[in-house]
Amino acid sequence: MRRLQNGDEIAHLITLIFATSVVVITLLLVYELALNSQLSWHKFGWKFLITSAWDPVFDQFGAWPFIYGTLVTSAVAMLLAVPFGVAAAVFLSELAQPGISNALTFLIELLAAVPSVIYGLLGIFVIVPLMRRYIQPALKSTLGFLPLFQGAAYGVGYLTAGVVLTVMVLPFVITISREALLSVPREQREGSLALGATRWETTWKVVIPYARTGIFGSIFLALARALGETMAVTMVIGNDPKVHASLLAPGYSIAAVIANEFAEATGNLYLSALIELGLVLFLLTIVINALARILILVTTRKGTEH
Amino acid sequence: MTFRDYRRRVVNALMLGVTGVCTMMAVFVLLFILGYLVVSGGRYINWDFLTKLPNPVGESGGGMANAILGSGKILLVAGLSGIPVGLLGGIYLAEFGGGSFSFLVRYAADLLNGVPSIVMGIFAYAVVVLPMRHFSALAGGLALGVMLIPVILRSTEEFLRAVPRSLREGAFALGATKRRAIATVVIPAAIRGIATGVLLSMARVAGETAPLLFTSFSNRFWSSGWSEPTASLPVMIFTYAISPYDDWHRQAWAAGLVLLGLVLFANIGARLILSGKLPSLRKG
Amino acid sequence: MSTVDVLFKPADMINTLKENTAALVNPPVSSPKMSAAGLNFFYGTKQALFDISLNIAAQKVTALIGPSGCGKTTFLRTLNRMYETLPNTRVEGQLLLEGEDIVAMDLPKLRRRVGMVFQRPNPFPKTIFENIAYGLRVNGWDRKMRLEDVVEASLRRAALWDEVKDSLHKSAYALSGGQQQRLCIARALAIDPEVLLLDEPCSALDPIATGKIEDLLFELKDQCTLVIVTHNMQQAARVADDTGFFLMGKLIEFNRTKIIFQTPARKETEDYITGRFG
Repeated sequence: MRRLQNGDEIAHLITLIFATSVVVITLLLVYELALNSQLSWHKFGWKFLITSAWDPVFDQFGAWPFIYGTLVTSAVAMLLAVPFGVAAAVFLSELAQPGISNALTFLIELLAAVPSVIYGLLGIFVIVPLMRRYIQPALKSTLGFLPLFQGAAYGVGYLTAGVVLTVMVLPFVITISREALLSVPREQREGSLALGATRWETTWKVVIPYARTGIFGSIFLALARALGETMAVTMVIGNDPKVHASLLAPGYSIAAVIANEFAEATGNLYLSALIELGLVLFLLTIVINALARILILVTTRKGTEH
Repeated sequence: MTFRDYRRRVVNALMLGVTGVCTMMAVFVLLFILGYLVVSGGRYINWDFLTKLPNPVGESGGGMANAILGSGKILLVAGLSGIPVGLLGGIYLAEFGGGSFSFLVRYAADLLNGVPSIVMGIFAYAVVVLPMRHFSALAGGLALGVMLIPVILRSTEEFLRAVPRSLREGAFALGATKRRAIATVVIPAAIRGIATGVLLSMARVAGETAPLLFTSFSNRFWSSGWSEPTASLPVMIFTYAISPYDDWHRQAWAAGLVLLGLVLFANIGARLILSGKLPSLRKG
Repeated sequence: MSTVDVLFKPADMINTLKENTAALVNPPVSSPKMSAAGLNFFYGTKQALFDISLNIAAQKVTALIGPSGCGKTTFLRTLNRMYETLPNTRVEGQLLLEGEDIVAMDLPKLRRRVGMVFQRPNPFPKTIFENIAYGLRVNGWDRKMRLEDVVEASLRRAALWDEVKDSLHKSAYALSGGQQQRLCIARALAIDPEVLLLDEPCSALDPIATGKIEDLLFELKDQCTLVIVTHNMQQAARVADDTGFFLMGKLIEFNRTKIIFQTPARKETEDYITGRFG
């Protein structure tokens, strides 16, 4: 009996230690980020978030251009990915044959596994030239009266980064929304069809509303991904630490500036500023994830079923 | 049919078309990526590429042998550090856990999962590079290892939980200790799912670049041991892609093809394992 | 017994038998609202309905009874072509709505005329008002009337108005099971169908809610032809004018409810009614 108990206790202990280490690592991560941003935090305070100067030579660091760039590129990605993604999810769950749907979903899931740097490769050598030669001039000539589409068409910039991000988050929106749509009970669809509604009317007015929680979940997840995405954005955003109104202009994102400048950062303040940027990004993604969780909690508590 | 009905029919057919087009566009992107990589990079994969070191800057030719090996070393460190934590933590949550501590562990794992990969690089920098005062394969491996933990933890827990109670109780009824039952009955029953989780997360970190940029950094030569800057495939791709040299661009495509090939291979393999189509991993 | 009796009685009996046999397939009916003739139904290669022929009388309640898996629900769902939501289904034979071929009809149009209430209440994730209004918004309504008035009329027809008139803009899920089912009936009635199909509408409800719905069916049949599938023989006996007994995909007997329950012509029917099986 003694031996039996010891063996079990040891197993319990060992696994407990490793489980605890997960918590410890997480705490350590937050601690290290906070600790190493101290220098920058003490020097700049809250103004760090809204200043636009980024001058390593004179030790002037402001995060606003990077926050702006991160938000703008992510917004572009959401605006493009959500309609396309939900539309594709609708096709795969409601309108396509099961065999075709599964095969196509498999292919789209593979898209999610493609490394970021490969999207970057395609970004540089395929999308940027496309943008520069065809798409951006076309946008300028049709929508150039808007400040969003003015200025020289370099090919790189906010819009290009946004487009590359769109492709990267599309698989998430599609697969998760599809799951949400598939889980809508058959009776809901049949109830609508029995009233004489067409397939599309049923999908638009009954199925999608029923699955809206899951669809929102996919959107938030995609957003969190877009915010933290590094390599593909770095390779096509243009690396300009300034704020520009036009989507055609080059810019910078938090992840991109860290990727480009961290290894060569000289001076403790420089490094600390970059780490503080990392902390800002970290907190941003935490907030989005928390919002997504709250949203799901709230909508599933309203009403008995929904 | 009234005009209204007619319009409804048209809309119905139209939306079928529109949503179908959106889907095909997504699929097209994947096929395009694969195709473009094969076309652009395929012809530059030769024996030189796989076995030689990079040539001096500006000279064409040379290969990425050191990057391939380097990635292997870094992934080894990542696996050795991340997989045990994820596996054993997952076993804890599924077999011994319960209550608020387990909730905390899961929450911590979710948090880790959401950390942008570049921030993970900062973490490894602060914890390994700073004390060591130089870049190393160890630092890069650690950054990737931490990224492995949440996925392996969650999937291990899920698949262990999915093992039916009757199996466990059968083992207990025969006098096995909890430890023995877990090791000899429960884990083997869940092994397919667990292996999939490990394989998929390894494939994911194999393609990560950002955490390596200032942890393992890069190296134009072989790196000896574990505490030197080490070349890796993703970082090489990045460096070559943004360079001004055409020859380097070509090599970047070739490397991209190798990397993507490995990643997709691992993904498809994982799926086959999960659906039971690989007989060698079937139970018993 | 006179010679007359001996000579003529057997003939009487034969005539009665003949009448009953004719009634097996076609209960005397002026002109049926819906009818099936030689209907065969297939799920892929598996045949689920064999040569079904029956007439559904207008403004009467027709009940379909039989043990689990006998095909009564499958048959019901052919009447509004609901089987088309499943892959690989096939129908042979004739299905008519007032003489018109159902299969050739425009689908939304068919379903406007033939409505359906399902086994488990399935209100949409919308308010009570919007649930009723759904069919109207989708199909259009007589614009001379206000939407609110049509919704109110439907809820009154379903005997639900008094219970929900003050909470029309609350979620439909706040209602009890029985109320939800009456809501679904009101929703189906809102587009004014000529026929209403009910697939075991009370099987998920308690006896009191069941009673309320049965009362409702009595009132509705004046305006609407009702076809109800039920597991509950007592319900069929209470509510239906005509009853059809299904077994293993075949229609064994179809006649006035009284005849089915009191003097069934077939042994299988009698066995089912008396509880010997099923």
